[in-house]
Amino acid sequence: MSLTTAHSVVAPSANSKRIAGAIIIAYALISIVPLLWIFATSFKTPPDSIAYPPKLLFQPSLEGYCNLFTTRTRQTPEYINSLGPATDFCDETTRKRNMVIAGPSNFLPRFVNSLIIAFGSTFCAVFLGTLSAYGFSRFKVPLADDLLFFILSTRMMPPIAVAIPIYLMYRELGLSDTALGMILLYTAVNVSLAVWLLKGFIDEIPREYEEAAMIDGYTRLQAFWRTVLPQATTGIAATAIFCLIFAWNEYAFAALLTSGTAQTAPPFIPTIIGEGGQDWPAVAAGTTIFLVPILVFTILLRKQLLRGITFGAVRK
Amino acid sequence: MAEIRVQHLRKAFGDFVAVQDSNFVVEDGEFFVMLGPSGCGKTTTLRMIAGLELPTGGQILLGGDDVTMLRARERDIAFVFQLFALYPHMNVRKNIGFPLLAQGMPSAEIRQRVEETAKLLRIDHLLNKSVSGLAGGDRQRVALGRAIVRRPKCFLMDEPLGTLDTEFRDLMVHELRELHNRIHATTVYVTHDQMEAMSMADKIAVMNHGVIEQFGTPREIYDRPATMFVADFIGSPPMNFLGFGGGLAKGAKEITVQGAKVAVPEVRDDIAPADMALGIRPEHIRFDDNSKLRGAIYGTEYLGTTQIVAVETADGIIKARVPAEIRLSTGDQVGLTLSSARLSLFEKGSGRAVRTAIHDAASERRAQHG
Repeated sequence: MSLTTAHSVVAPSANSKRIAGAIIIAYALISIVPLLWIFATSFKTPPDSIAYPPKLLFQPSLEGYCNLFTTRTRQTPEYINSLGPATDFCDETTRKRNMVIAGPSNFLPRFVNSLIIAFGSTFCAVFLGTLSAYGFSRFKVPLADDLLFFILSTRMMPPIAVAIPIYLMYRELGLSDTALGMILLYTAVNVSLAVWLLKGFIDEIPREYEEAAMIDGYTRLQAFWRTVLPQATTGIAATAIFCLIFAWNEYAFAALLTSGTAQTAPPFIPTIIGEGGQDWPAVAAGTTIFLVPILVFTILLRKQLLRGITFGAVRK
Repeated sequence: MAEIRVQHLRKAFGDFVAVQDSNFVVEDGEFFVMLGPSGCGKTTTLRMIAGLELPTGGQILLGGDDVTMLRARERDIAFVFQLFALYPHMNVRKNIGFPLLAQGMPSAEIRQRVEETAKLLRIDHLLNKSVSGLAGGDRQRVALGRAIVRRPKCFLMDEPLGTLDTEFRDLMVHELRELHNRIHATTVYVTHDQMEAMSMADKIAVMNHGVIEQFGTPREIYDRPATMFVADFIGSPPMNFLGFGGGLAKGAKEITVQGAKVAVPEVRDDIAPADMALGIRPEHIRFDDNSKLRGAIYGTEYLGTTQIVAVETADGIIKARVPAEIRLSTGDQVGLTLSSARLSLFEKGSGRAVRTAIHDAASERRAQHG
């Protein structure tokens, strides 16, 4: 065997790499095509969006976005003509469809609700998760294994199995349709994930760091804050993304427990369909905007996310 | 700097007793090494002195003050960890200054102290570097810097050279000892490496199964091992044991091993008949064809100036360190002569050394020590 052809027994062969590559490309295509279709639809006009056969090439339009952010009423052509000249693009397209803008839609407040509830619950889950993970990792907690299993067991049933009791409890407590109620609920669901993920990360940080700090004159809380936390940032970021993705995408509880002031974007977006015919471009526009925060967050923290996924697989 | 006094120290984890009834005094400015195999309780003892573990019983006095139950941060000690525990998110300067920050020292003074310390350790050119890029020896120096910057009452070191490459380790052994000679800080150093212990220590405590088997200077421990464990643990290759039976009378100067009479240091106590062992350091064996104690060459390890020769006797293999020039081949019959004045005698049952003439000087010294 010459040196140039020397190869490792454990390295994949060229053929298996090609097959793996082909599978990944196929999977990526399957996953990304619906997203691209939604993105394209959001820039179509309503007639283009329901054209058959479907249009791959079309004149892009912002009508979907106009419709997403406004509510419109149908008027007679006479009334429309009696109005002054259209003030902006949205005004103009609306009038072409014999409608006038009646006011802003609920999309923006619903989107803001989503932001508040998702980020709020993520913060709470990660905060509580970090503290309990540290406790489980460093202290002798009586029945620690049982407690950890109990925490994990909250994720063993589908969340919707507890929907009715939670609905009743929330109604009694006045938490129905409140941002606080949704933050509490998502925190409760996510905190188990956060404790388990973060315990793994904190276990990996040698306790010598805190011990060194405590000998050097710091209290345990100061040692935790100054030595453990900075080193756990990767784990905290990974955990935060997982929690955020869940809270951001959650549909079932949101549909059940919120209807008005605290409604989040997921249950709101489908309701757009009903307003003035099947307005697919508006739905697609809502979905596209809805995807942006999580996309940005994930791209910014993708390294941590990967570490989070492969966590525990490789011991240093 | 201060003296460390450990009295009847005991630590149990559930049913497992990690340290039992430890007693020793580290005098002010002394370099004290706790030596033993892993799991012998040496690190637990160190962590109790540091305040990272609380003892189950006993007392720890630091400079005369009882600190047994004080928190680590209230003890004014410094600890160097095996993994150095340098904070990866801080640079060298911040790492060294970290203990001073806890005291609320003004930043100008921290800066000055950190720079002085860095100069002392010859790492002043590294102050603004990140710790993750440092070589092993430099990491060690930074860890030491963080320990000495505060001028604590004593230094505790837990196998600080354990993760270094051999070449760095030899270098650091000299550096550590040299540093100690300059600043005379009371130091407790834990290691399982006898070479480190022998070359650095003023005093050594050899521990096994939570018990201090022997406490003394490196020379005492090597020349007059108190137990068979110490004799076996110290020295490379370790002390050889040849079994013999029967009791010993006070004043006896000769024993019979495998049919050969061997002169030994004069026995100071009467010993009831029991299984006994004669302990011989490899370098105290010479080849002598006239000797009645015989064996066959089993193998040799050539070390340059000397060679280690394994000789198969009726009581198993013993190893001798002899000059490298002697030509030997496997299977040769040889006679063995032992340096009588340097031999040790042990009771096999208890493993304890029999008091003989080699202990005379030591017992006088111990009597003075009180």
